[in-house]
Amino acid sequence: MTAPATQDLAPTEELLTDPSRMPRARRILLGILRSRELAILLVLIFVVLVATSRNSGFLFSSDGWRNFLLNPSILLLVAVGQAAVIITRNVDLSVGSVMALTAYLTGRLFIDVPGIPIVVVFLLCLAAGALLGLINGALTTIFKVPSLVITLGTLYVFRGVMLTWAGSDRINAGDLPRDFLALGTKSVLQVPVLTWVAVAVLLVVGYYLHTARGGREMYAIGSDPDAAVLYGLRVSRRVLLAFMVSGALAGLAGAFYTARYGTVSSGVGYGIELQAVAAVVIGGVAIFGGSGTVWGAALGAFLLVTINRALPSVGIPDFWQQAVVGALILGAIVLDRFLAHRQAAKLARARESA
Amino acid sequence: MTSASTSPPVTEMAGTTTSYADHSAPLWRRLLFTREMAIIALTAALVAYAWLGVENFAGPLTVKYLLQDVAPILLIALPMTLVIVTGEIDLSVASVMGLSSVVVGFLFSHGVGMGVAVLAALVVGVLCGALNGFLVAYLQLPSLAVTIGTLALFRGIAVGLLGTTAVTNFPEGWRELGTGTIGESPIPLVMIPFVLLAIAFSLLLHFSTFGRGVYDIGLNKEAAHFSGVNVARTKFLLFVLCGAVAGLAGIYFTLRFGTSRGDNATGLELQVIAAVLLGGVSIFGGTGRLHGVLAGVVLIGVVSSALRLEQINVNATNIIIGLLLIASVVVPQVVAAARSRTPRKSSRPTPGAQHGSAAAGV
Repeated sequence: MTAPATQDLAPTEELLTDPSRMPRARRILLGILRSRELAILLVLIFVVLVATSRNSGFLFSSDGWRNFLLNPSILLLVAVGQAAVIITRNVDLSVGSVMALTAYLTGRLFIDVPGIPIVVVFLLCLAAGALLGLINGALTTIFKVPSLVITLGTLYVFRGVMLTWAGSDRINAGDLPRDFLALGTKSVLQVPVLTWVAVAVLLVVGYYLHTARGGREMYAIGSDPDAAVLYGLRVSRRVLLAFMVSGALAGLAGAFYTARYGTVSSGVGYGIELQAVAAVVIGGVAIFGGSGTVWGAALGAFLLVTINRALPSVGIPDFWQQAVVGALILGAIVLDRFLAHRQAAKLARARESA
Repeated sequence: MTSASTSPPVTEMAGTTTSYADHSAPLWRRLLFTREMAIIALTAALVAYAWLGVENFAGPLTVKYLLQDVAPILLIALPMTLVIVTGEIDLSVASVMGLSSVVVGFLFSHGVGMGVAVLAALVVGVLCGALNGFLVAYLQLPSLAVTIGTLALFRGIAVGLLGTTAVTNFPEGWRELGTGTIGESPIPLVMIPFVLLAIAFSLLLHFSTFGRGVYDIGLNKEAAHFSGVNVARTKFLLFVLCGAVAGLAGIYFTLRFGTSRGDNATGLELQVIAAVLLGGVSIFGGTGRLHGVLAGVVLIGVVSSALRLEQINVNATNIIIGLLLIASVVVPQVVAAARSRTPRKSSRPTPGAQHGSAAAGV
């Protein structure tokens, strides 16, 4: 059976059982080289290189560069929030409807409250999203029911509320202040403003999940909810926080959408929940929680959006883009399974030879 | 070393535990006071209300359109119930429908006979299901992730094949199969295959060894394996069935609307899953019965049809379906909590009450 932990290990197994004996620099380097994030980054660079070599305007034109950075920022926000929720072994399917609600809220605020500061609008969208996330989280944690069902329900409810509220009304670019629309295209240091905001959000969430106690507890909850309860972790509070983060970021994404496209119709954010889950899965976050990073999810979102834009320039009609995305998702999960299998086999061998 | 040093894994209790209390009540009470009966009663009450109170609801035209509208959901809900009872999920069904619809149109517009095109669409449905099934059952990948992937893949192939064009000039005789009714009655023709499939699926789920295996897998996969259920093969077959029926629904969709487009039936998967969950199937697997699910589908159909006739904003339908879905999981929890607080002689454990922690979500 299993070998006792005190038994001496053969030198070759050092790497498997005790990585901390390695020099710190080498350990970090190895970690990065083996990381899922680096792999996606390489794929992303490869896609950009191929697309740019066919059509230099893909990256080296003012429009191409801007779209490259700007278009993924909306999905990036939603995917980061989704990653936080999935890490706790839950899922938030209502993000598209939250986005639609706050996108319309943005327009409504500018129409009904003339002269409202843009920052206030962004903050209100963030707060509105957090409130909707709180509803999801509260229903899930108080009644101890599956989040898949709850958020599928609120997907319909929030969308219905938005459609009832908006009626046949649409928000057009004419209704919005010029400064706000300019925000959707303006750049600082060659990088669009909205992308700066998205990256800042990513850094904050990523730092929290990586270092803060609450963040680490989210991983613990995701890897084993029952053990987390027995260990005395505040499961409900952490799950609630994850849902609020997801809601708030979807809310912010709604404001981004209005700034970027200038119009709000009934179809805003339709189906983005599945794209966000796809980005998260491609980014290496296990669908049953407990592992993966928001960096990966963000890169996954970047990759998804960039592939969509790159396909036409490599001669594949963009009708096929969804098929490519689907193949990519399947490839990512099959690869994960293969790697996990190999790792398990390696560990088993090490244990036997010890 | 002995194996005693490894502690047994904490297994989560799922579904009903049969106890003495379950059999202490008379049979009629055990049959009557169930989740399924609650849904059926709610549906019946709603139909009665709409029949008497809503203008124009009581008529053959309403019955015809209502049944035509819910037919794809009714069809796919049958295999989907079995899939969810095993604890898996299939999000790709609407994409399979779209692909099957496109295959019919694509082959027909390239001069292939209608009969062959329809057969090919069915085969494509089976193949799609087999791909899902292979990845989930034999590679043991999580079905939620796999079927989000194939949702994009199948839809992508469908859109890729036809682009933005639509094929519409299907022969009238074939179209009649999608739009026609049985004789003079208001019952659409599609109800014939549906009733046959419904009988077949209830025999399969409720009256066969295979069906017991389906429940066993949902309750405890390991225990099912050790009691001789072929877990992988069962799951594989269920996904194949799901694909095949989705293919059939896609053919029906094409014939009913007389058009084959890449974006046909987009988003239908969530409606199907909403109906199944509303019908009393636990997302964790192991519980739920087919008649509850069918009542759930009809409930959604009647709500949207009645609201449309009442000229109420169509969006209210979304809100009501969403609230029903939330209530369908929250209410049993509240009832269970209330029961456990008031001590009784025979406290019956309610399905779903024992799901360990708040975070066991997906």
